[in-house]
Amino acid sequence: MAKRFVSIWFRDLITDWLILRKPAYSKLPFVFATPDRGRMIITASCQLTRAQGIHAGMAIADARALVPSLHVFDDTPGRSEKLLRGLAEYCIRYTPVAAIDLPDGIILDATGCAHLWGGERAYLTEINKRFKKAGYHVRMAMADTIGAAWAVARFGQVKAIIESGEHTNALLPLPAAALRLEPGIIARLQKLGLYQAGNFIRMPRPALRRRFGEALLLRIDQALGTEEEMIQPVQPPEIYQERLSCLDPIITATGIEIALNRLLNKLCSRLCQEEKGLRVAICKCYRVDGKIEQMEIGTGHASHNASHLFKLFENKIETIEPGLGIELFILEAPKVEDVPAWQQKLWSGSCGVEDTSLAELLDRLANKIGNGNIHRYLPDEHYWPERSIKLSTALHEKTATAWQTDRPRPAQLLSVPEPIEVTAPVPDYPPMLFRYKDKVHRIKKADGPERIEREWWLEEGPHRDYYHVEDEDGQRYWLFRSGHYSVDKKPRWFIHGFFA
Amino acid sequence: MTRTKQDIFQQLQKDLLLLQGFKIAQASNVIDIELGSIANAFPNGCFPTGAIHEFITTEKEHAAATSGFIGGLLSGLMKAGKACVWISRSRTLFPPSLKNFGVEPHQIIFIDVKNEKDMLWAMEESLKCEGLAAVIGEISEINFTTSRRLQLAVEKSRVTGLLLRHRPRSLNTIACIARWKIIPLPSETDDGMPGVGFPRWNVTLLKVRNGKPGSWKLEWSAGHFQHIYANIPAIQEEQIRKTG
Repeated sequence: MAKRFVSIWFRDLITDWLILRKPAYSKLPFVFATPDRGRMIITASCQLTRAQGIHAGMAIADARALVPSLHVFDDTPGRSEKLLRGLAEYCIRYTPVAAIDLPDGIILDATGCAHLWGGERAYLTEINKRFKKAGYHVRMAMADTIGAAWAVARFGQVKAIIESGEHTNALLPLPAAALRLEPGIIARLQKLGLYQAGNFIRMPRPALRRRFGEALLLRIDQALGTEEEMIQPVQPPEIYQERLSCLDPIITATGIEIALNRLLNKLCSRLCQEEKGLRVAICKCYRVDGKIEQMEIGTGHASHNASHLFKLFENKIETIEPGLGIELFILEAPKVEDVPAWQQKLWSGSCGVEDTSLAELLDRLANKIGNGNIHRYLPDEHYWPERSIKLSTALHEKTATAWQTDRPRPAQLLSVPEPIEVTAPVPDYPPMLFRYKDKVHRIKKADGPERIEREWWLEEGPHRDYYHVEDEDGQRYWLFRSGHYSVDKKPRWFIHGFFA
Repeated sequence: MTRTKQDIFQQLQKDLLLLQGFKIAQASNVIDIELGSIANAFPNGCFPTGAIHEFITTEKEHAAATSGFIGGLLSGLMKAGKACVWISRSRTLFPPSLKNFGVEPHQIIFIDVKNEKDMLWAMEESLKCEGLAAVIGEISEINFTTSRRLQLAVEKSRVTGLLLRHRPRSLNTIACIARWKIIPLPSETDDGMPGVGFPRWNVTLLKVRNGKPGSWKLEWSAGHFQHIYANIPAIQEEQIRKTG
């Protein structure tokens, strides 16, 4: 399908904007100016002043000499870009791809859009009418390439709509400046007597490259359509998006549920066909009073299971305040990943950590109690008990090292070792008895010591000598002495865990 | 004559169990947990999976023993790489220790919840997830109605639920198939060698639905539960001071 572009040129962007805001100035001469090397230089002038010979680039002092009653406004940088962005966003009603074209234009990718307005002429008339009604003076053109549309919009004399394939002919009578060239190149072209694009557009390329550089060739190629030109849309279109507009505003939870179900079914069937799954989904509810309520869910793995995703949303429906009613629902999937097409299992027996039903369960839990409360542990290469396990970041993460079984480790580990009072025959014998929480335990059997050094590259402190002990009731404990015995200091003993 | 009478009794008992909804497990679904003679305490003579079990503990040491015993049960349940969910409010379990009981600790997903309400919700959601090996919940207080909800969930999904009740305020009746109590016993070493031996527990079944409660002495060694029938000899004086 041939591409069609519309270039809109705002001749008096800033001055039109000011007149819109302050209608009193529509009959008064005024300019915008910005300080430049100690002088005030005009950046934009209204139609009235232009008629009197005041144009952009003049100094204010010179302009005042011509028109003593001139009003001067400060021009702030970035204002025209802000204005154009707003106008381009407005143009999204005509095409999903609207881009700003600094300093004073908008480019619309109208491919496949015009027929919705009943043809290209009606399409342009409609846009023109809208802007005129809003108070902007615009010129616009439609052509196969951005370059040609730009040129015709600004310099065209005959017609605004260049039929498909006719853009080269339309360019020929236009001046060299219509090709979006730098002033230096234009001056050089004019010096050689090449005033119209037709004079040089068909010249041999090596000759043009030698005299004018690569930039001219690029602009010619872009205008003729041999080189693709990209535009940056103001609102990047969300690829995975579904909309549902309602005839009557929706105010009940049941209504929201039905809407969500429909959107999810549509989106998921599309994702399923493309073998994709979403990781993040946002449901935006546009209220009658202009506010937007939204709920967001995330999944641990890419999913296109509508009923699962609905369950995730279900808990969040109560956070939506419908107010006077919701008239539009939009479901977006900003993060989408590939889902390999698994063959559906005929019966599901076992469920490992990689299984989807477990992942779906964890999604539900994570959405309710928070993702930070779900842990899975992997062995880490440390002997220090607190560091011997690490949190796994993903459900699919495999163990790089094996779990250690050569040393006894307690079934229950206290997060902070608790001090105990111990009677122990010196040196390095297991204790005979210890007092923990006001209860004396006489030790009958013991294993140890197992010395675990603190890793000096991580932290400093005394080592631990661990003993695996059993008291007279058969209860098994993990005790340790912190550091060496010393003459002047009493050794400190701790309980760190309970064995099974 | 007596033989036939016994046969009739057994047949009648089996029929009664069927009427009460105890299906004889399919041969392919049987998970063999080597509990030895304890299995005879249960209806149909096998450890009931797809049901709620309750474990009562009063002391920290008992809780440790119970988690060891549960590790032993899980090693049977989690065969073939099945995953399991462990829900708790204040967790002290040290995952690497489960490796000694034949469980892959990275196959367990720990969920830390803040309050009882979330706990029960998470428990019910997890029990509904078919294919999980087991769901373990460290919950001390649970009422009959809530336990019924859990029971209904497992009836559908056939997931085994284990409730760890540490110091419950009252031993109220809940909809569970069995109530266990595990207490550590002094360990034994071969030939009176010094050091601590394999973990030993006194396993008591306080309640079994349609079964016979009882008490057994078990040891976990060589990756299996082993019954201890002989009396434990008294500990000799000299042994006390020896270390390994």
